[in-house]
Amino acid sequence: MFSTIIATGSAVPQREVTNAELAQLVDTSDEWIVTRTGMSRRRIAVTETTSSLAAAAARRALDGAGLSPDAVDLIVAATVTPDNFTPTVSCQVQATLGCARATCFDLWAGCSGFVYGVKVADAMIRSGAVSRAIVVGAETLSRVVDWTDRGTCVLFGDGAGAVLMEASPAPGVMACVTGSDGTRGGFLRIPGLPIRNPWADATSSTSGGASGASAAEPSVISMDGQEVFRFAVGAIQWSIEEASKLAGVPIGRIRRIVPHQANNRIIDAVASRMRLPREVFYTNLQHYGNTSAASIPIALDEMNRQGLLHNGDHLALVGFGGGLTWGGAMVRWTASATRFPG
Amino acid sequence: MYEELRSLIADQLGIDEDQITPDSKFVADLGADSLAMVEMVMAIEDKFGVRISQQEIKDLASVGDALNLLKARLGGAV
Repeated sequence: MFSTIIATGSAVPQREVTNAELAQLVDTSDEWIVTRTGMSRRRIAVTETTSSLAAAAARRALDGAGLSPDAVDLIVAATVTPDNFTPTVSCQVQATLGCARATCFDLWAGCSGFVYGVKVADAMIRSGAVSRAIVVGAETLSRVVDWTDRGTCVLFGDGAGAVLMEASPAPGVMACVTGSDGTRGGFLRIPGLPIRNPWADATSSTSGGASGASAAEPSVISMDGQEVFRFAVGAIQWSIEEASKLAGVPIGRIRRIVPHQANNRIIDAVASRMRLPREVFYTNLQHYGNTSAASIPIALDEMNRQGLLHNGDHLALVGFGGGLTWGGAMVRWTASATRFPG
Repeated sequence: MYEELRSLIADQLGIDEDQITPDSKFVADLGADSLAMVEMVMAIEDKFGVRISQQEIKDLASVGDALNLLKARLGGAV
């Protein structure tokens, strides 16, 4: 038994924010942002939430497959920006869609969360534990962006993307490889809540440092751009090479690589080092910015709806990010995944 | 080694080799931004088979600094 992707969906907030608008907020310019990142605009949640975006993306995938909500056994939501600690995003998706039979949980693996989610769903389907799974990557990073930091506030956007996976006699998901390195976790941080109780000393850092939240730290994204850049280039290359080996698909036969949409220059550097044509790498970060766990499924749905995916195409989905975490999934596209309602 | 390094830097930063001297400062004279520094160092690592630490990248101000680092790293091999 294998798993295969049978439908895709995505949803982004209505409000589009251009580089020019950011230039009114911080000392930056369209030219500065475009040359360093490739980004021109991003969507920012004003009325939407992580759960509402996730539910809309998941509903589109479900509608695309023409399945009833009861057909779903498992909902995995990958996010680092849930609306609540509980109820989870995945349970909110279940409630909105009416997937009463589904088991639901959220998964935190930074920008690699979607690939991790595909790996978990694939393993659960292959084991026979479930037959159909929704994996949704959903983020409202705008809530953890430091809007006074010109180095990071230009990079991120909000949105959600989903795939519906189903048990299949032939492999759609051919291989999933993942890795993590907590020793380098300090390169990319979003601090959580401080320890706060009647017995903790609020003036001292109870956990602190690179590994935990201190009382004074705001919950905003900070990163060492150079370190993350070097990590990312190596992580993408490793993920493509290992997924290729495990799947038995030579790199030259990969039709499209769908990387996490962090920065054009990371992707340029990978293409150059691996001597791959730049066009093999799909990018849409110019429109959406870095949407963390949502970026790969948003791109995949966009490609699907534009007719860029064909039966039998080998696709490498590659995530990398906070944790540090990384991973690659080799997918063989099947024609049944290219169905839309209407 | 200098000619090879100069050619690599010109290629990475998209500038003419004539603009580059050992005294050229990467940021002030050659227009490199922080990501360009990492891209260039990664290209140097690939070409010369050396490993340059993050701290060493932060200390690289001029083309001469890069040349000295390479010479030290490669020792008598070149």
